[in-house]
Amino acid sequence: MRSPRGGDPPRWIRRHRALGLLALLIGLPARSDDLDTLMQRLARHRHGEASFVEQHFMRLLKRPVESMGELRFDAPDRLEKRTLEPQPEDLVLEGEELRVTRHGRTRTASLADYPRIRPLIESIRATLAGDRAALEQVFEVHFFGDLERWSLLLVPRDADSRVTQVQIEGARDELLMVEVRERSGDRSLLTLREHPAP
Amino acid sequence: MRTRAAIVSIWLATLALALIAVLRAHYVADMSGFLPARPTAMQRLLVEQLREGAAARTIMIALEGGDFAQRAAISRSMAAALRADPRFASIANGDRAAAEADRRFLFEHRYLLSPAVDAERFGAQGLHRALAETSDALAEPSGEWIKDLVPHDPTGETLAIIDALGAERAPRTRDGVWVSADGRRTLLVAQIAASGSDLDAASAALAATRAAFESAARAQGAREVRLLASGPPVFAVASRAQIERAAVRLSIAGGVLVLGVLLSVYRSLGAVVLGLAPVASGALVGIAAVALSFGVVQGTTLGFGSTLIGESVDYSIYFFIGASALGADWWRARLWPTVRLGMLVSVCGFASLVPAGFPGLAQLGVYSIGGLLAAAAVTRFVLPALRPRRLALRDLTPLGARTAALLGRAHRARRVLAGGALLLGVAALGVLLLERHRLWSHELSSLSPIAPAAQRLDAELRADLGAADVAQLIVVHGPDLQSVLRAAERAHRALEPLIEAHRVGGLDDPAAYLPSLDTQGARRSSLPDAATLRERLQVAGEGLPLAVEQLDAFVKDVDAARTAPLLTPASLRGTSLEAGFKALVLETSDHWTALLALHAPDPLHPAIDGALVRAALAQLPADRSGSEVHLLDLKAESDALYESYRAAALRGAAFGLGAIVVLIALARRSLVGALRVLAPLVLAVLLVAAALTLSGTQLTLMHLVGLLLIVAVGSNYALFFTDAHRGPAPLTLASLGVANVSTVLGFGLLMLSHVPVLTALGTTVAPGTLLALLLSALLLDRRPAPAHQRKLAHQEGLNRQEGNDA
Repeated sequence: MRSPRGGDPPRWIRRHRALGLLALLIGLPARSDDLDTLMQRLARHRHGEASFVEQHFMRLLKRPVESMGELRFDAPDRLEKRTLEPQPEDLVLEGEELRVTRHGRTRTASLADYPRIRPLIESIRATLAGDRAALEQVFEVHFFGDLERWSLLLVPRDADSRVTQVQIEGARDELLMVEVRERSGDRSLLTLREHPAP
Repeated sequence: MRTRAAIVSIWLATLALALIAVLRAHYVADMSGFLPARPTAMQRLLVEQLREGAAARTIMIALEGGDFAQRAAISRSMAAALRADPRFASIANGDRAAAEADRRFLFEHRYLLSPAVDAERFGAQGLHRALAETSDALAEPSGEWIKDLVPHDPTGETLAIIDALGAERAPRTRDGVWVSADGRRTLLVAQIAASGSDLDAASAALAATRAAFESAARAQGAREVRLLASGPPVFAVASRAQIERAAVRLSIAGGVLVLGVLLSVYRSLGAVVLGLAPVASGALVGIAAVALSFGVVQGTTLGFGSTLIGESVDYSIYFFIGASALGADWWRARLWPTVRLGMLVSVCGFASLVPAGFPGLAQLGVYSIGGLLAAAAVTRFVLPALRPRRLALRDLTPLGARTAALLGRAHRARRVLAGGALLLGVAALGVLLLERHRLWSHELSSLSPIAPAAQRLDAELRADLGAADVAQLIVVHGPDLQSVLRAAERAHRALEPLIEAHRVGGLDDPAAYLPSLDTQGARRSSLPDAATLRERLQVAGEGLPLAVEQLDAFVKDVDAARTAPLLTPASLRGTSLEAGFKALVLETSDHWTALLALHAPDPLHPAIDGALVRAALAQLPADRSGSEVHLLDLKAESDALYESYRAAALRGAAFGLGAIVVLIALARRSLVGALRVLAPLVLAVLLVAAALTLSGTQLTLMHLVGLLLIVAVGSNYALFFTDAHRGPAPLTLASLGVANVSTVLGFGLLMLSHVPVLTALGTTVAPGTLLALLLSALLLDRRPAPAHQRKLAHQEGLNRQEGNDA
């Protein structure tokens, strides 16, 4: 497998990846009590807004491409990713429905029809919602760190999934970074800066 | 006795000949009855569309109730069952396998199908633009959709085709089935293989749909799930069944009522049966007359004809009551001339329908004329010959005498009555004049037999499916498939500026499914060879994040496409695109037609400015291959057609009225007398029309036929009242009453039907004929007041004696 030409991921991510793999190997159970507490804290936020910068590292790309925009979440299940750069595009996930608006055209699809990309979206939405059950329906969930500075390693239960793992970094009840790794070697890195609650 | 045998033989022989004509006639139940005798090109297109167009073959199916899993399972098993059924051309329910087959087809043939492919697209600059766009897209959420495609299709041709096909208008899917926006219904679309005018095929297809649903629902144990269906075939089948059902049920009910009345009067089953001989003979001869003069008989003629010659039942009533009391000769001498004149008046009235310009009405006219002439002849010659020797009719003289006494009293107030009638008439005329602008319904749909609830369901399912009711079509004619596809492409290009400017929302274009061979060839020859493409990619990739050296699959695919065979209609087989294409392309015996359906820019305001579209099409250069391009506004055109029928029918009615005046004036040798006869009838027509208008009904062609019937039936009454110097004898009065009761009962029952055209006829004729009788009696009867009744009774006695002597 060719490694992406983009810059290497930050060191701490590599560290956590190694940890995650180690955890898998020895079958370390997720720390259930801390995970529950984290989920409860996350669930308290009914609404959240953050600006994001996302870097895509792909086999097809000589260098990573970057997009930026805003992410909005409204409990229980509405997630909107409004990309502003390089091209405006609006993605809304509401319940099981996916709506993508680009160049003034809106396409509507059912999440069930895209099983391979479900982990991409469900990882963020279920975490923001603090919905452990939804998260565990799609992923095996591993918790690392402590409630001050935590990390979730999500491994899709569906072996055919395009995504091999999702790693979410956070501090207290805030998401800081989401890294998605794909089977092809492509990966994306989403960095979030939460807007202060209104 | 010899004459009697001769009369009966001639009658039976005529019936036998008529029966042969009826049995050999060709019966049609399609729209051709509404096609004018000499249609314009646009009208021909309109009817062709209504009859053969894809819309006419499309059934929209929805499942509701139960839970989603049940509805989805039923949708899948129905789709599987119906796809195996040769009666269906296609079944779509959003299933993944079909969607996958389509995507594969579009992907494989993207360099022949994509509207973006031209020499410029594959130059270094064009490639740079396309690749830059793709690089951007990869950074977006939707990049997830295209990521797998990029190595093969970095210029995004597959997406360009999907955009051109307007696939975003498809309904939303859930678990591989289409669902409505609110998720409460799962949806399917079935296209019938047979032509839309083949109602038997449509009926069979609907039955198959229902059977597939029932067996799927049973297998699922899903009792709560309901099947809903709509669309033109559903309407056509339902309205035929409804009209048949209503006509049959109401005819039976009406027949029983009329027979009951007749039986209670005649007190002889034989006489009742014989009394139906004129109307039955009339119906047979009427159909034969239509068959012989038109070659085909419309379903509507069969449906309504017998109600139009219902007045011939009256003929036999006058005969039996008159002849049994005073003898056949008295009847022949005293009543028959009046009946004959009344019949001729009706014939004049119905003759006004004949030149109406379209067979639907003309056939009703011919039927009525033939039927009434035959019925009158049977009454005149056959009834006297076959009349039972001993007939003990109920003695209606007391009833007639009481009525006569009433009329005599009313006569004293004659001036008041006449004044009141005049006032009422003026008021009614005033109402009609005030409302003259919304008096008539101007829409063909006013003849539609579809109940409002069904129309609502249709609108809902259309909204669920994202299938706007297309109101405007660009119609392209040409001698062969390629010429119409080329013309469709040119028309599409001409409308491009309007689409850009959002004056037109979009186009369903058959050339988007299958471009003309010329266009495909041009696209194919614009593709560079592998070496050239690699060179250009190097240049194009400069400054872009996309790694062009990873696009080997693309280079290989383009190179292969340079020698790929061009697509023909057969290439679409096995995809849902085939149904889409066939819906827009029709082959008739001598030409091909392609349709481009126009979508409104804003679904909430579905108006497209036809003038803009026409202007854009007018810019098209003349075509050498002989293709023609027209804009067809379905609703405007069909309403204009209806309007022309209505105008023709009104003109005919005016001529008919004139002819009736002349006829009566000649018979009575007095114009004033003729106008007197017509006064109560015109008054009845005005009152009924005004009452309908005040109740919020807009008058349709069917109402016009009903008004004509008031004059036709009522003229008999009016003639009887003006006939005798001192008003009709009590017995004649009684027979008028019996005749009117049977007419009002028969037509009154039509008011109960839920078929708008039948209701229109019933609500016009039942009150109208009653009014015509009452007004004739009140205005025309010149009976002396009761003090003089004895003298009248004496005269009646003389008459009776006279009759018995003969």
